[in-house]
Amino acid sequence: MARLKLATLWLGGCSGCHMSFLDMDDWLIELAGQVDLVYSPLADVKEYPENVDVALVEGAIANDDNLHLIRVVRQRTRTLVSFGDCAVTGNVTALRNPLGLAREVLDRSYLDPGNYRPQLPCEPGIVPVLLDRVQPVHAVVPVDFYLPGCPPPAARIRKVLEALIAGRTPMLDQSDLKFG
Amino acid sequence: MPVKTLTINGQLVSAREGETILEAARDAGIRIPTLCYLPGLSAHGGCRLCLVEISGSSRLQPACVTKVVEGMEVQTHTERLNAYRRMIVELLFAEGNHVCGVCVANGNCELQDLAAEVGMDHDRFEYLHPNRGLDASHDRFGIDHNRCVLCTRCVRVCDEVEGAHTWDVAGRGANSRVITDLNQPWGESATCTSCGKCFLACPTGAIFRQGSTVAETVRDRSKLEFLVRAREERQWHV
Repeated sequence: MARLKLATLWLGGCSGCHMSFLDMDDWLIELAGQVDLVYSPLADVKEYPENVDVALVEGAIANDDNLHLIRVVRQRTRTLVSFGDCAVTGNVTALRNPLGLAREVLDRSYLDPGNYRPQLPCEPGIVPVLLDRVQPVHAVVPVDFYLPGCPPPAARIRKVLEALIAGRTPMLDQSDLKFG
Repeated sequence: MPVKTLTINGQLVSAREGETILEAARDAGIRIPTLCYLPGLSAHGGCRLCLVEISGSSRLQPACVTKVVEGMEVQTHTERLNAYRRMIVELLFAEGNHVCGVCVANGNCELQDLAAEVGMDHDRFEYLHPNRGLDASHDRFGIDHNRCVLCTRCVRVCDEVEGAHTWDVAGRGANSRVITDLNQPWGESATCTSCGKCFLACPTGAIFRQGSTVAETVRDRSKLEFLVRAREERQWHV
């Protein structure tokens, strides 16, 4: 049987979900024996490859880079997993939404508190442009499975990965469905 | 006292006359999810999570305010009820700003627990992300309206147990919110006794202790139960 092609992504999030991924400790060695990690912040790969089996997507859709990447990922991935609360609900990344649209958020962050020549960051092609609203992943592309938690505990991540590697649909019971 | 017999999920249950379906179910060890209900306070019937099906009636009834009737056949967890409960919880999450990961009540929140209980792995509704404001003018407590689900437990506990009636509800529909006195800052309230019963009653992190941060909320509900038992049953010792 061909090895499962696994990708992990870091969109609008704090990387805490990836830290929790690393918390799977010695099971990571076993995991490395069963999958090919084809794209990840933990691997030096520039282009998202074709025919990925499973993608864990950390973070919400917050800027135009996130939006572009998640659409590519959806096209090239069989099973897309919303990985952690920011991907599932918007969570901390979406805390800016009540402040208003992108311009109001930037003003509030860069101009209001600035006291020496405050300016907005603007480097087209380098600094991604903020979207007006932060959205959970499933609001932008269809999601196959939700893995909540801020961050999801390592044991919960392992449970989901073990099921996906075995070709089963992961099942999370009540104790593993907790947000936060 | 006359006894009524009924069935809940096919299980024969006996209840005292005048008891509600919710009380009869709890006595029989059958859990019906609730949010606005708190033992010792008048039932409000507002959150609709305790809706049950009663044979012979096409309408769903809230178990917390529906009295038992002889021969009643009640179902508490049909497919339809489970679907509605999940929708209710999803709507509550979409309507406010419930960010469990950075909330004072993380790990000690009835809304968070309900989401898990009804199997909510994501929210199918669009988040409104309202900007509802926060009142931190009180010395000991604060209220973050973004986390309020309008269960009115604070209103009822303040009125019915403390007798101060500092809290009430203002506004209509999605603009409703709990207020102190005549919509004055809580810290300037002339009626608030700073007893903290509203904090003990709050199911979420909306009413919090000043100075507490993420996941630090500890609520000792037994204090409320003690007061209610003392008053209603004249039992002062636990």
